[in-house]
Amino acid sequence: MNINNFFIFAPHNKRNMQQSGYIIEVQNVSKFFGEKVALDNINLNVKKGEFVTILGPSGCGKTTLLRLIAGFQTASEGEIRISGNEITQTPPHMRPVNTVFQKYALFPHLNVFDNIAFGLKLKKTPKQVIEKKVKAALKMVGMTDYEDRDVDSLSGGQQQRVAIARAIVNEPEVLLLDEPLAALDLKMRKDMQMELKEMHQKLGITFVYVTHDQEEALTLSDTIVVMSEGKIQQIGTPMDIYNEPTNSFVADFIGESNILNGTMIKDEAVSFAGHEFECVDKGFGTNAPVDVVIRPEDIYIFDPSDAAQLTGTVTSCIFKGVHFEMLVQTKEGYELMVQDYHAFEAGREVGLLVKPFDIHVMKKERTCNTFEGKMVAENRVEFLGCEFECLPQKGLQAGDKVEVEVDFKNVILEDNEEDGKLTGEVKFILYKGNHYHLTVFSDWDEDIFVDTNDVWDDGDRVGITIAPEHIRLNKL
Amino acid sequence: MRRRNWSLPYAIFLLIFVVIPLLLIVLYAFTDEEGAFTMGNFRKFLMHPEAMNTFIYSIGIAIITTIVCLVLGYPAAYILSQKQFNTSKTMVVLFILPMWVNILIRTLATVALFDFLQLPLGEGALIFGMVYNFLPFMIYPIYNTLQKMDQSLIEAAQDLGANPLKVFNKVILPLSAPGIVSGIVMVFMPTVSTFAIAELLTMNNIKLFGTTVQENIYNGMWNYGAALSLIMLLLIGIMSLFTNEEDSAQNESGGVI
Amino acid sequence: MMKKFFAKAYLWFLLALLYSPILIIMIFSFTEAKVLGNWTGFSTKLYSSLFSGGMHHSLMSAIWNTFTIAILAATISTALGSIAAIGIFNMRSRARAVMNFTNNIPIMNPDIITGVSLFLLFVSFGISQGFTTVVLAHIAFCTPYVVLSVMPRLKKMNPNIYEAALDLGATPFQALRKVILPEILPGMISGFILAFTLSIDDFAVTIFTIGNEGLETLSTYIYADARKGGLTPELRPLSTIIFVTVLVLLIVINKRAEKQKKE
Repeated sequence: MNINNFFIFAPHNKRNMQQSGYIIEVQNVSKFFGEKVALDNINLNVKKGEFVTILGPSGCGKTTLLRLIAGFQTASEGEIRISGNEITQTPPHMRPVNTVFQKYALFPHLNVFDNIAFGLKLKKTPKQVIEKKVKAALKMVGMTDYEDRDVDSLSGGQQQRVAIARAIVNEPEVLLLDEPLAALDLKMRKDMQMELKEMHQKLGITFVYVTHDQEEALTLSDTIVVMSEGKIQQIGTPMDIYNEPTNSFVADFIGESNILNGTMIKDEAVSFAGHEFECVDKGFGTNAPVDVVIRPEDIYIFDPSDAAQLTGTVTSCIFKGVHFEMLVQTKEGYELMVQDYHAFEAGREVGLLVKPFDIHVMKKERTCNTFEGKMVAENRVEFLGCEFECLPQKGLQAGDKVEVEVDFKNVILEDNEEDGKLTGEVKFILYKGNHYHLTVFSDWDEDIFVDTNDVWDDGDRVGITIAPEHIRLNKL
Repeated sequence: MRRRNWSLPYAIFLLIFVVIPLLLIVLYAFTDEEGAFTMGNFRKFLMHPEAMNTFIYSIGIAIITTIVCLVLGYPAAYILSQKQFNTSKTMVVLFILPMWVNILIRTLATVALFDFLQLPLGEGALIFGMVYNFLPFMIYPIYNTLQKMDQSLIEAAQDLGANPLKVFNKVILPLSAPGIVSGIVMVFMPTVSTFAIAELLTMNNIKLFGTTVQENIYNGMWNYGAALSLIMLLLIGIMSLFTNEEDSAQNESGGVI
Repeated sequence: MMKKFFAKAYLWFLLALLYSPILIIMIFSFTEAKVLGNWTGFSTKLYSSLFSGGMHHSLMSAIWNTFTIAILAATISTALGSIAAIGIFNMRSRARAVMNFTNNIPIMNPDIITGVSLFLLFVSFGISQGFTTVVLAHIAFCTPYVVLSVMPRLKKMNPNIYEAALDLGATPFQALRKVILPEILPGMISGFILAFTLSIDDFAVTIFTIGNEGLETLSTYIYADARKGGLTPELRPLSTIIFVTVLVLLIVINKRAEKQKKE
């Protein structure tokens, strides 16, 4: 299941690498901006000729990773190799890669020809050769006869084509693309996606593509690297990523998903949403807490009948062009998103069914918050940089190191920052059918996970409190 | 790669030729010829009715000049900014062009005009000369803000039932306020600080504060001259509190080209 | 229609007011009379005597000084200011705010304060005043305008184009010369023109820094002349020539800019 292991390949001699056929090797790379960790121990290998997409929400570190490969920034730790050569500290103009920038970055004082010829002229290529290569590059991007045009007179799509031509004319081993289509309108973006795909096949060089658009990633890539919070969450083919997300972040980020808490009762049997279901996953042990992911298109919806595993009421129904998207509130109080070609209007009673192989079970990364702490007094413990009151503990003395456990649902968030012992910022919100699972980045620089029924927004500043009776302590 | 260090030479230059000289004004203002601390220079100014009168008279002339410039300049700026009246940038250039002519030549030309029309030189000539010299400084910033104003705001006001007078009072005037403020500062400041101009326009009959400063420096009274400069600087500092940095910077840098 | 007529009429009235003194000078540049205001018949003698040079050696040297000072000050300010602008642009926000504030001081200061302060600087450090001090003073009040003209070009510039040049194989120096320089060049040119005209026009700062060793610029020459009671007749054709040159230059530049915008 874990594709990461398959791709992370860390041999230590150079010859071995070239044999391995990896063109880019990123090993244990971290990047810090002051206190902030932009990239946290990244390992990534890219095969020659692959179309690799780095996908993630803004601020996840994907552009930083690309800029490290291009050489505009240097890694704080770790090593980057291209074709087996260490280039971690090499300045950008000496790297065998070329970049296509998000906002094109065409030189406004040069015309189309001179923009594309820029790199070749620096290499002192003979004039006739430049002319031939520029013409060929323009043909490649479908811009023949545009040589003498002023770049400002071109449309966004045309500018992007020139930017691509300017990069590929230098015949780089790797083409880096930093959200190249983000500034284009939807229609143009779709056309350019197809052209990029064709171009990749024709050129046969490696593409490393950065985007926050999951659909674009699924359409274009051979391999997708999903990133969040400076870490790689999953590496795999588009099919793998969509069908077998390794954790709830990936499941939530790629496509629409219903993500619920569940319990793996035994092999091939899982319970969630108040019912027991048959599934195809094994090896989780018995009564193990898990995350359950079901794609909305995998839930069958019909009038109530004996076939129904769940019954509920439709609360909203929206036409989405091809299908209808409905929210169903089950009798047990869970909200599920369902997509179907038939409409079931709001207020209607319905039955729901999920086939065993459409239920994706994931091991929970954690079941409660755990922190390292230290006893201050018999009924006081220090963790996350604050002192908390706890129930009087037998067998623990001031100064003892302890492991602190707090259940997700027992962390209380306050609107007013001053009301909490500790403050933090809501940074990731996951809807779990009947409650929200939040990740709160505390000002002590540690994540706290919270289950709540209250609605919070990304970026909200909150105060955090924990009641004494909800703090569990284990001596270390 | 550390390109921010490129500003180092200029930072040193600014320190030597801008910051230290200004500190020297303060230093000289508070010391006597022997270099000992004294408030005497300021006491002299307050006790000396002539310098004091010149100071107040200069402020008066500056206020009158500013008001006349505003009254004459605002309509011009407004007309220039409206597409229905004027579409040519050349017209704007014509209004700003006199700024490019040496101020002494301009002043002497004014004297020539008054001579030619056989009008007496005096207070009238002084104010005419000042207005003539500094009117472009009023028109340009107002024109700039009016021109940047979103025309649909006027249409919106009309749509909401405002008559032309109301449109002007409630929309155009408040929105052009930043331009008016920087125009006022840009006319008031040079008017109150000029020297030599007044003498030429009034056959040496009227002296303004700038000349008092210059004469004292010229006659070797550096400390007293510095104190008078500091007083002028304070006056201008108070004036410029009314405008914000950004406005004036953008107007000044705008130029014509 | 009436409204438009009155609006236009008002503009022309103001222009007439603004230009009448200059027109008087221009008209009387074509007569020989020593005193301005006396018309003694059409003549181009003042023009020819201005160009024959011989008669007013001091005027010619004042013109020469004015132009050399302006060229020197504008060139040095443009170099200093452009490099400084790139530096300031790359600074952290607090240091940048300090630099911007200091840069604005000479612009906000009245000329007389700049003049007095520089005078005090030179006398305090015992520097004898003359050509060099005037050039230094002119650089001091011109450079801020160059910084202000170059800065918007840097701000407008796509921050990736420098990186794009590096990416395509340019060394940092090549990237600067082939990409950044062409981008900020228009700002440098307008900064130069601004500095040049400011320097030529300056009177207040010059008079405080020129010393008393007989160095004259056009401004101080006119000032001395006017204080003696009259305007040297040759200044009339000179003013006319300067004025017409500036007028034509500015109108041509603006017409071109307008045309470019339309395209």
